[in-house]
Amino acid sequence: MYPWGAPLYRRARRLCTDFMSTVAPNNSNHRVSARITGWFTEWVSDWGELVISSCIALGDFCLFVFSTFRWMLSRIPKGETLWPNFYQVGVSSLPVVALTGTFIGVVLALQSSSQLGHYGLTNQLGGVINLTLVRELGPVLAATMLAGRVGSAMAAELGTMRVTEQIDALSAMGADPIHYLVVPRFLACLLFIPTLTIMADFMGVAGGYFYCNIWLNIDQHYYWTNSAKFVNNFDLFTGILKSLFFGSAISLISCYQGFNCKPGAEGVGKAATSSFVFAFIVILILDLSLGLSLKAVYESWYPGGTY
Amino acid sequence: MMIEQLLDQEQESIVDVEKLSVTFGSQEVLQDITLRIPPGQTLALLGESGCGKTVLMKSIIGLVKPTKGKIEFDGGDINRLNERQLSRMRLRFGFIFQNAALFDSMTIGQNVAFPLRQHGRFSDNQIREMVLSRLSEVGLPDSVVFKKPAELSGGMRKRVGLARALIMNPELIMYDEPTTGLDPIMSDVINELILRTRSRNPVTSIVVTHDMHTARKVADRIVMLIPRQRLDPGENQIIFDGSVKELENCRDRRVQQFVNGEAGERLMEMRSNGHDQ
Repeated sequence: MYPWGAPLYRRARRLCTDFMSTVAPNNSNHRVSARITGWFTEWVSDWGELVISSCIALGDFCLFVFSTFRWMLSRIPKGETLWPNFYQVGVSSLPVVALTGTFIGVVLALQSSSQLGHYGLTNQLGGVINLTLVRELGPVLAATMLAGRVGSAMAAELGTMRVTEQIDALSAMGADPIHYLVVPRFLACLLFIPTLTIMADFMGVAGGYFYCNIWLNIDQHYYWTNSAKFVNNFDLFTGILKSLFFGSAISLISCYQGFNCKPGAEGVGKAATSSFVFAFIVILILDLSLGLSLKAVYESWYPGGTY
Repeated sequence: MMIEQLLDQEQESIVDVEKLSVTFGSQEVLQDITLRIPPGQTLALLGESGCGKTVLMKSIIGLVKPTKGKIEFDGGDINRLNERQLSRMRLRFGFIFQNAALFDSMTIGQNVAFPLRQHGRFSDNQIREMVLSRLSEVGLPDSVVFKKPAELSGGMRKRVGLARALIMNPELIMYDEPTTGLDPIMSDVINELILRTRSRNPVTSIVVTHDMHTARKVADRIVMLIPRQRLDPGENQIIFDGSVKELENCRDRRVQQFVNGEAGERLMEMRSNGHDQ
């Protein structure tokens, strides 16, 4: 794939041959030795190439992100590029995020009610459901839905533009493709993912409440009192802060995949799929690392408090 | 006196490509290309598919970064410009893409007006007048303005691409296979438009084409490239550089093969090289 792949392979093969001759200098079965050497060399060089190509891709992605931030800070995009993206992210995604939030709230109530019921703690359900929703499930599910609905569409759209030379045409006419295509999408995701997260939280809280109140007949006084006791402003802030990171990651990964799309229908399909897969993995990694960092922040701000 | 003449010759070229090499991964597409194009010349770039004609043209406009070598436009090194300077420089170029590369999400009117809105400080009325005038120059009615690119035929899309490229009055126009996929009449319409554009403004043009009819009709000078796999050792990738008449009289087997459209032993060569163009 890269010009240094072949020299790397040759060097690894030589090293392995030297190593084998040192370890087993008088091995009579040379063919077996050569086969093992060849297999081992290929394995090492494949891994080497994978590591090198991953480093190159990561470096390229960092330059892409840097360029996006530079354009965003140097020139605000025109309204005609911003509004359609704001609409796509902020308005069109709202129903699906709301629906997901509602069902997750109900399912969470359903699952935790039977667990807590064993211990006679059903009155505590409000706290458990709403804390989980506000801190974790709201932001993660809103981000997942956004990555699936908007992220893949961005990758496919930009990928098609790359394949049909429309991105080259933008450059040829003196418009920077990152400023024209990426910055509006990035801003749309960054600005609207908090609203989607709040929507998912709200619908999840409502769904959980209706299930507990109507189906399980839990007294609403205990439900909300325990909710208020467990969920505080820091939890809401945690969820919204996380969502900002998720939104940035979704837009940047999707646009990068679209910009680096391989030719043909297969290339566009792969760009759309990999944008979702990478975005989802990054969402989970960010969720864990931000969860750990925010826990540390909470404990330093409120010593003795339980996060 | 000699030095002055040499200096004049140096100043004469508007595009100056010097020892250009372009490599993608481990595949070297262009190797040591040197080409000078004087202002006002129409140059046809011929060659088999995959020989690097489009890559050469995209390198001149800065869309492809060269691995080695230098490209100058009007005395300025394209690869030393920062993004903003390059954007400004590109206003002096017009590029007609192979499949027109019109923006799907915009109407024809918005497509043609795009360069004006991006850079010019024109009023809406001025933009409307300029767009309609450019569209009528390429033989398109006013009614196409509100249509989307998907609603037009291939020939119409190419003409919209031409109108869009011409709207900023560029000094250098690059046509990437302008007649590919068109019927003979529409191909000749495009040829006529290329000639008319040149007669109206003293523009420099580079036409990448496989179509010998186009090359014979529009070109002042013909340059033929050959894929690196077909080169003899130590041979330059430009195997022909001359006028149309010189091309007809050229004795090189590969040039004649291309001009007359004969496969010859090419299929056998491709099979033996495992090289599928």
